[in-house]
Amino acid sequence: MFNYTFHWNQALKALPQLLDGALVTLQIALLSMVIGLAVAMALTLFRLSGNRILSGFTTAWVEIARNTPALFQIYMAHFGLGSFGIHLSPYTALLVGIAFNNAGYLAENFRGALKAIPETQARAGRSLGMTPLMAFRYIVMPQMLRIAFLPATNQAVWAILMTSLGVTVGMNTDLAGVTQALNAVSFRTFEFFALAAVIYYLIAKAVTLAARLAATRMFRY
Amino acid sequence: MFDTALTLADLGFLAKGAAMTLAVTAVSVLAGTVLGVIFGVVRNQAGPYWSIPLTFLLDVFRSVPLLIQLVLGNAAQSIMKLGWAPFTTSCVVLSLYTAAYCTEIVRGGISSVPLTTRRAARSLGMTWWQDMRYIVAPLATRVSLPSWIGLTLGVMKDSALVLWLGLIELLRASQILVTRLQEPLFILLICGAIYFIISFPIARLGGYLEKRWSPND
Amino acid sequence: MIEIENVRKSFGSLEVLKGINLTVQKGEVLTIIGGSGSGKSTLLTCINGLETIDAGRIVVDGTDVHAKATDLNKLRRKLGIVFQQFNAFPHLTVLENVMLAPRKVLGQSKAEAEAMAVKQLTHVGLGDKLKVYPNRMSGGQQQRMAIARALAMSPAYMLFDEVTSALDPQLVGEVLDTLRMLASEGMTMICVTHEMKFAREVSDRVAFFHKGVMAEIAPPETLFGAPKDPELQNFLAATH
Ligand SMILES: Nc1ncnc2c1ncn2[C@@H]1O[C@H](COP(=O)(O)OP(=O)(O)OP(=O)(O)O)[C@@H](O)[C@H]1O
Ligand SMILES: [Mg+2]
Repeated sequence: MFNYTFHWNQALKALPQLLDGALVTLQIALLSMVIGLAVAMALTLFRLSGNRILSGFTTAWVEIARNTPALFQIYMAHFGLGSFGIHLSPYTALLVGIAFNNAGYLAENFRGALKAIPETQARAGRSLGMTPLMAFRYIVMPQMLRIAFLPATNQAVWAILMTSLGVTVGMNTDLAGVTQALNAVSFRTFEFFALAAVIYYLIAKAVTLAARLAATRMFRY
Repeated sequence: MFDTALTLADLGFLAKGAAMTLAVTAVSVLAGTVLGVIFGVVRNQAGPYWSIPLTFLLDVFRSVPLLIQLVLGNAAQSIMKLGWAPFTTSCVVLSLYTAAYCTEIVRGGISSVPLTTRRAARSLGMTWWQDMRYIVAPLATRVSLPSWIGLTLGVMKDSALVLWLGLIELLRASQILVTRLQEPLFILLICGAIYFIISFPIARLGGYLEKRWSPND
Repeated sequence: MIEIENVRKSFGSLEVLKGINLTVQKGEVLTIIGGSGSGKSTLLTCINGLETIDAGRIVVDGTDVHAKATDLNKLRRKLGIVFQQFNAFPHLTVLENVMLAPRKVLGQSKAEAEAMAVKQLTHVGLGDKLKVYPNRMSGGQQQRMAIARALAMSPAYMLFDEVTSALDPQLVGEVLDTLRMLASEGMTMICVTHEMKFAREVSDRVAFFHKGVMAEIAPPETLFGAPKDPELQNFLAATH
């Protein structure tokens, strides 16, 4: 049907380089999730604070994160901040962009989870003499994290997929970046990217599986 | 901030980019939804010989970055000497990507229809097709619509990635202006505002429908 | 001593408490009966400051509950409250449920809190359920756990709001037995209840609420034997 000879050997020989790239990908995804979770928690507390400015800040963050492309958010970090004289490296810009996106989506997950927890739970805590913050910390938050765990796992997979966008701002050390660099010198586009696709797939599945296992160990009730 | 070199012609350029974004989205969502409905029914109704490989294949589309899918799609069409324009390639890849998500939504919608309802329909003498057409489709659509709206918006946002194949959609158009005018923040803010204006109202509508139609209120 | 003086409370335009006057002495068991929406729950939540009041005063052992300077979190340690819904913390085991507040609020050591929790749980008959999660227990067991949880704070007063109303009939008995036991031990208690037989047995006094007013208050023999208020007569006739 077509006369094209696949050269898988060349791609397979580059496997160690690709795997190094995969480590960077995992690192960015992990960091962006850690930052995203911390920020999302802060955004959630802002929303619960009853202060209009703080909860408005949360709403703005969440809506921008959810209603603009992730790539746009990365561009903002990479090019946009340049207007303030802040010039982020591709690595940092990518991390900032994905963390921004994660925080917005996770804060929204937390909001949904909070709705599922009856108000009487916090009330029971208050009637035992807890401060509002204590009731949140020891009663509401653990339940919220459990409900939000599965959506957060999905977000982690998204974070892995989003790391590939770094290549568009010149990132060349993560899996997509390394693949693109190898492609630029070899022109075996299909082989290299197909191999990268397999690695992404395996990472995504591994993360999902690990999260499932962690969930069964963490949530006994 | 209003001291800008941005001209009306530049705004027109951005608008053309936005039109490209919408065109790619419209084609992909349309084709992806048709495919998704077919696959969704197959996943629900066909035996494991069909549904297991299909499920695996569609899962791949959801577990590999879209950017990689676009590059692979483009490489594949060039290997096969199809001579597709970037627009065609982009739409084909995005359609399959959309279909992968849409299948899950359709499947969820169909399985939300209680078996007892369907049995009732069949026991009234309806054929499989009539049951699907008059009972399952209306009920499943109601359940699926909010997620489908979410998917459409997701594809609209993800369509920004087709810039990698050289299509000048909204984000790429903005980037070109940024390079030329050196006003990154201002131009990107306009670009973001356009995305937001398209997405936000529709997202709100989806949220509203979800609330109104949620079975447990 | 809990002193309630001319307390008024409205939700929007609806006046739920229309000037309540009531004093509960140390060691007394007061039960409150009355129709739905008469303001019984609202009064209890006002006593421990979960709700604000519009007029009047509630004074617990000399502390004005609704005064600005009052540390409500500190005051609430004195006032155990148990609600109709059990409000078990689903993510914690029974033991952890009971230990949480003593540890975090009172700052007790783990050993101290655990000893107290075990003691109270054994007291309410749950000594063999320490490591169980609440969703594995019956409603009656969850409610008894909620009582132990409140008791672990060593409160001076216990407020019970229809603690048997959400229970299957066959589970009501075990929870009422727990309340009887507390009453016999001299705990000061205010119980909102629909269980007339229980009210008759354990109460020192019974109060009847109707549309935000305390229409009658008397020892059980008098209140049930010779009710004066016509609404109370109707109410008692309807509940038999
Ligand atoms: N947070 C609130 N906001 C508005 N209205 C309220 C609130 N809490 C209670 N109410 C209203 O106040 C009235 C008294 O309520 P309350 O719960 O005190 O009654 P109750 O005597 O405990 O009745 P029940 O026997 O049904 O529990 C009711 O009409 C109720 O609808
Ligand atoms: Mg009540």
